[in-house]
Order: sequence, then structure tokens, then C-alpha cells
Amino acid sequence: MDILSNLAMGFGVALSPWTLMLAVIGCFIGTIVGALPGLGPSNGVALLIPISFSMGLDAISALVLLTSVYYGAMYGGRISSILLNIPGDEPAMMTTLDGYPMARQGRAGDALVVSGVASFVGAFLATIGLMLLAPMLSRVAYQFGPAEYFALYLLAFCTLGGVGSNNQAKSALAALIGLGIAMIGLDKTTGMPRFTFGELHLMDGIDFLVAIVGLFAVSEVFFFIESHGKNSAIGVVLDKVRIPWNDLKRSTGAMLRGTGVGFVAGILPGAGASLGSFLAYILEKGVARNPQDFGKGEVRGVAAPEAGNNAAAGGALIPMLTLGVPGSGTTAVLLALLLTLNITPGPLLFTERPEVVWGLIASLLIANVVLLIMNVPMVKIFVKVLTVPSHILLPGVTMVAFVGIYSLTGSSYDMQLMVAFGVLGYLCRKLDIPTVPIILGILLGNAMEDNLRRAMVLSDGDWTYLFSSGVSIGLWVAAIIGFMAPLFLRRFLKRPSLPEANED
Amino acid sequence: MTRLSLPALSLGALLAVGTPALATECIAPANPGGGWDFTCRQIGRILYEIGAVPSPVQVTNMAGAGGGVAYTAVVSDRGDDGDLIVAASSATTTRLAQNAFAGMTADQVRWLGTIAGDPGVIVVAADSPYQTLGDLVAAVTADPSSVAFAGGSAVGGYDHLKVLMLMSRTGFEDARAIRYIGLDGGADAITQTVGGFTQAMTGDISEIGGFISSGEVRALAVLSPERIDGYDIPTAREQGVDLVAMNWRGLYVPHDITDEQFEAWTARLQQVADSEQWQQVMHDNGLAPYTLVGDEFEAFVNANIAEIQEISREIGILQ
Repeated sequence: MDILSNLAMGFGVALSPWTLMLAVIGCFIGTIVGALPGLGPSNGVALLIPISFSMGLDAISALVLLTSVYYGAMYGGRISSILLNIPGDEPAMMTTLDGYPMARQGRAGDALVVSGVASFVGAFLATIGLMLLAPMLSRVAYQFGPAEYFALYLLAFCTLGGVGSNNQAKSALAALIGLGIAMIGLDKTTGMPRFTFGELHLMDGIDFLVAIVGLFAVSEVFFFIESHGKNSAIGVVLDKVRIPWNDLKRSTGAMLRGTGVGFVAGILPGAGASLGSFLAYILEKGVARNPQDFGKGEVRGVAAPEAGNNAAAGGALIPMLTLGVPGSGTTAVLLALLLTLNITPGPLLFTERPEVVWGLIASLLIANVVLLIMNVPMVKIFVKVLTVPSHILLPGVTMVAFVGIYSLTGSSYDMQLMVAFGVLGYLCRKLDIPTVPIILGILLGNAMEDNLRRAMVLSDGDWTYLFSSGVSIGLWVAAIIGFMAPLFLRRFLKRPSLPEANED
Repeated sequence: MTRLSLPALSLGALLAVGTPALATECIAPANPGGGWDFTCRQIGRILYEIGAVPSPVQVTNMAGAGGGVAYTAVVSDRGDDGDLIVAASSATTTRLAQNAFAGMTADQVRWLGTIAGDPGVIVVAADSPYQTLGDLVAAVTADPSSVAFAGGSAVGGYDHLKVLMLMSRTGFEDARAIRYIGLDGGADAITQTVGGFTQAMTGDISEIGGFISSGEVRALAVLSPERIDGYDIPTAREQGVDLVAMNWRGLYVPHDITDEQFEAWTARLQQVADSEQWQQVMHDNGLAPYTLVGDEFEAFVNANIAEIQEISREIGILQ
């Protein structure tokens, strides 16, 4: 009963009134940060690191505060996804697919409650998973070499066709645009700059947060300007929040499946919460008896990705704590925090600094309960942030987008780039090209290419190396099935009507 | 020192005391978490604790182009800012040597000093057949394709250069035949090595010390002049290979600050190097003492850049 005594020690550390207060504050700030479009967990946590240092917090207090913000932002991200069709952060992207249609049908409250509960289920179970499996699961990473990672990313791209658009060719085009953008910058394998045109700011490539804020938030603003708010997402209101027991019951399975998929995706270094929510959604659509309802306000399409991304957030802490390999942008920022606090994550962390690890785990459990309370009965408070009139919200969104990006990169160049992405996003929406694959292309493109080239270096250019292990063969098979299945299913289901062109 | 400098120095000191509004700023040319951020935060903290600066040092993270964005900003916009220090390491000089900062050169700033080094280390998986550095070198010499190295920097980066320098010091000529894959940081590279995807790994001891202590990997050699406290790892020199590769942790300052300001900074940096706090920081993070300040450091940087340029030409990274 090692775990129980360790956990008791952790609660001993985390249950002091001071840390408890920090957890509540962290959850509150995190939810707001998550709810505001463009501000995600990684900028939220990054913005708070200097503050926590100037407050003179010790290691455990700082960790509690910032992980509460992290989890809070994961919860909060869904709010603007559902109400505004703008993902509050990048992992909440998938929640827009069914969450926003639900809001348009007047079921915003239901969507918020279901997704809040799903977030809780995902995060809570993942934290327990973290506790039980962290020492063991840290070894999963050892099964993933370059060939396996390449196959994993391929799986993500192959299953793209079915999401976000009814037209696989347009999805593929968008993914290629994303991959093309990902090629900009210093080539890691040869150290040569590509497509930078001698511009120093392009050497590191394009920050995906710049692209996300541009494609989602700024293009939304352009859309609003064009339509004077008539067809824009901004300004959706929320009526009563009741607990939709039926929906909860219906989506229990979705939550559990999403949690499992998300947790595993989170553990894989580099994959992170976005892949977690993405795969959770795909899986749910795959197993559902009514896949044609997905994208039109299916409650399980809200529950699965939310459980998935919150579970991934918990899962991502495992490689970060046990290997020092961050599984996502936010855990990279948390890793930075740990290092600054003189705590070196690695295989020895659990034995050398047990009070830090178990204090952290206990505070995550506490944060989850606090967040459930904040995000279900009290969700209206956070919605207030979003239901302010559009003539105030719109400049607000613009300002937060600019401030958020500037605080992140400190470069006016990135702000111009963000506006350019806003234009791209606007054009894509006009042409009915989904923007989600563009983001995934930018997000995964480099890692996919790097791993392919590493594999080629290791095998001396022998491409059969890509199928040389059980893990990679399994992933390839899944990728091929994922790509082919929608084509067959589509013919099978034969939608009677034309795809609704002006659904949005 | 000229006769003028003493009054100027005291005037400078007076000004520094008289204008508390301007805090010292340390630019970490990367996002939080890396070595540069660490350098800024730790040196900045100690500078304030020992009273070398009047107010806490403000750390600014200016990421981009592997330090190039910060370098350009310092050279072009902050050229005479006497309250500015910038974190640097062997990665900075490597990139300058390889002309990766868009035409910027090392003589556009002043190299203040290094006060610690992160010793390079060469490790293999715990179940690897290679027991000594000699075994590994012999295997690469016999068949370069039988050993793939992983490292935490890109091709041509410092981890790659360590492998190339190691092999060239043992008389192996064909640098291009050596296999190396660059990953995102030492922990990733370790994972690949423990997983058996690569046969050896190079990195800095601070990032992989935990893996060595836990027994998941076996360190064949540490690339420091002396053995490192707390680890039972023979140096490369002990094993007959004359290679020292320390990832030094240091600072540069803008080029056009006055000589007095530069002298004042070297004195402060020396104070940090001598402080108890810094000894503790080095101990906690597996860093080894490696102190060079002022002119001595400037000479070291120039020699370092010349050597890197030579190797980079051999592997074709530099024309």
C-alpha cells in the first residue's frame, strides 16, 4: 500500500489552507484564461511563472498554483469552443465540432454541463492513472523510435479526411498547406534554413500559437466585420443551465473511451492533448451507431474530446515527470518551471523528491474537484466573460489576441504573421476549406518529417525500416483503415441530401 | 586602466546607486526552461543576493533562431546598454561559427565570461556491449554504420560536434560516415538510446545525470578535464583520448558599453563565481567549475569558433 501512504503524505502537503487557496485561485484564473479565445494553457502558465516568482512562492506552492491553472485552462477551453466556435485553446479545437452546433440549437447549457463533467471524468481518472502507472508507463516511451513516431503522426493525418469537412480533398489540401507552412525554418537534420528568405524571425519556423490565434480568433474578427455580426459566432447567449441527466447518461461511454484514448495519447511524448482530443473524437465517431449526426450537435461528440483532452493533460505529466520529456507545449512550460525551481524531472524524481510528486498529484485531485464545482454550477460566471456585447468583446478578442501573442514571442513580426493567418483563415472559411487540418499540419509536420529522416539515417535509406516493428505495423494498419473507412462508410450510408452549405 | 577610469568608475557607481529605477536585465535568448534561462535566473538571483546589483535582476526571455533574435536585438538596438547581460553557451559560439545568425559575427558583442561548464558525456544503454570509450571508438572505426549516435542538438550542433571531435582525435578521418540523429533535447535522445534505436548518445551531464544514476544508461566517458563529483565516470583523457568538451555557461554584454562598465561586470561575475550560492547551484545541477572572465574568455571564444569552423567545413555545414 505504498501508493496510499504516499498519497496521504501528498495530501498532508497539499491540504494546508495556503496551498488550498492557491489551488482555488489557480483554477479560477485558469478557467478564465482557457475560456478566452487565443489564450491557452501554455500562455496562461507561461504568463504566471514570473508572477509566482515575484510572489516568492516555494516549489510546492508554485507547482500547485501553476498546475491548477493548467488544469483550469483545459476545463475553460471548452467554454468559448461551445459558445463562440473559437477554441479557447488548441486542444479544445475538436469540441467546436459538435459543441457549437449544440449551442446554435439552444442547448449551450447542456453542452457546457456535459463537457464540464466529461472534463472532470477525464482529468480525474487520468490523475489516478498518473498515480498508479507513472513509474511503469514511463517505459512506453522506449517502444517509440523514429519509425513508430512517423507511423503515429501518419495515423493522425490519415484519419483527418473524415473530420471538419465533408470533402476529403479539401481536408487533404488544408493538411498540405499546414505541412508546407511547417517546413519553414531551420531544418533540424542538416541545420540549413528553408523558406526563410534570410528573415531571422522565420528561422525557428512559425509558432503554431500564432497560426492558431490567427486562423481562429483573427479570422473570426474579419468575419464579424464583414457580416456585421449577423452570421458570426460571437454573441451567442446562454439561457438556463440545467443538468441534462439524459445526455450525461448517454455519453458515459464516450467519456470513458475518450479518457482512455486521451490518456494514452498524452503519455506519448510530443503527441499531447490535441492529439488526445482528436483521436477521442475519431474513435467516438467510429464506434457510434449514428456517425452522420456528428458535427451537427451530437452530445457524445462534445463529451469524448473533452474527456480526451483533459485525460491527455494528465497523461502528459507522466513523460514530463518521469523522463523530463514534455508531451505538450504546456508541460514544456511546466518543465521549465520545475527546472527553475531546481527540481530536475527524470527517472529519479519519484524517489528523490517524493513530496514534490505526491504533493503535486494530491493537488491535482483537489484542483479537479474545485474545477468541477466551478465549471458546472458556477459556469455562468465564466460565460459572463463571453456574453459581453460584441462591440466590447470584439475589440477585447483582438486585444487579447495581440497581447497574448506578443507576450508569448515578444515580436511584432509574429503579430503581423498572426494577421496574415487571420486573412488565410478568412479565405479558407469562404472557400469552405477546414482550418483544423492546417493547424495539425503545422503542429505535427516538423516532428513527422524529423522522425522520417531520423529513420532514414538509422536504416541507411532503407524504407522497409518504417515497418520493422510490431508497434509501427499496428499504427500503419490503423492509419490505412482510418483513411479508407470513411470512403466506404460514406457510400454505405448514402446521405440523401446535399451537404448543407450554409450550416454556419 | 587609465587614470581617468577611477573617477569615472566611482561616478558610474554613484549613478548606479542614484538611479534605482533601471533594473539590471538579463536576456535569456530562449523560452523558459533551457540552459540560457537557467543561467539568467541563477546568476541573476545570486547577483542580487550578494548585493552586486541594487535590485532583483529582471529576466527577459527572447526566443528565436537559436539565440539569433536576441543577438541581433542586442547588436542593433541595445549596443550601449550597460545594464544588460545576455546568457550564452557553447551553442551561441557554435552558431556564430557556422554563420547561423544571418551574417552576425562574434566581434559584435563583448564576451564577459563563463563561470561553469556542463561537461559533455557519452553514454550507452545499460545492456550495451560497449564497456569503455575504447570499445565504442573501435566499433565506429571498424564499421561506422554499426553505431548510430543520438544527441539533443541538430546536425552540426554541439552534441554532434562532440562525436565528430571524439572520432577525429582518435584518428578517424571520414567525418561524413558517422551516423548521428538530432533530437529535441537530451532526455529524448536518451529515450531513443535506452529503447535501442540508437547505440550511443552524447549530451551534457546536467540533463542526463538522473538517467546515469538510476542505472538506465552507462556513461563511458565524461568530457571534462577532471572527474565530476558524485559520478564514477572516467574522463576521456584517462582513456587516452584528449578531448574536453564543456558546454560552458556564461554571458556576453553589448559591444559599445564603456570599458568601466565592462570591468564592473567582470568583477561582479567573478563575485558570483566565488560565492557559496554558486558552488551550491553548480553542485545541485551537475555543473563543473569552469571560470574564464574578461580577456581570457574572449581569447577562448575566438579559439573555440576557429575549431568549430574547421570541423563544420569537413562535414559540409559550412562552405
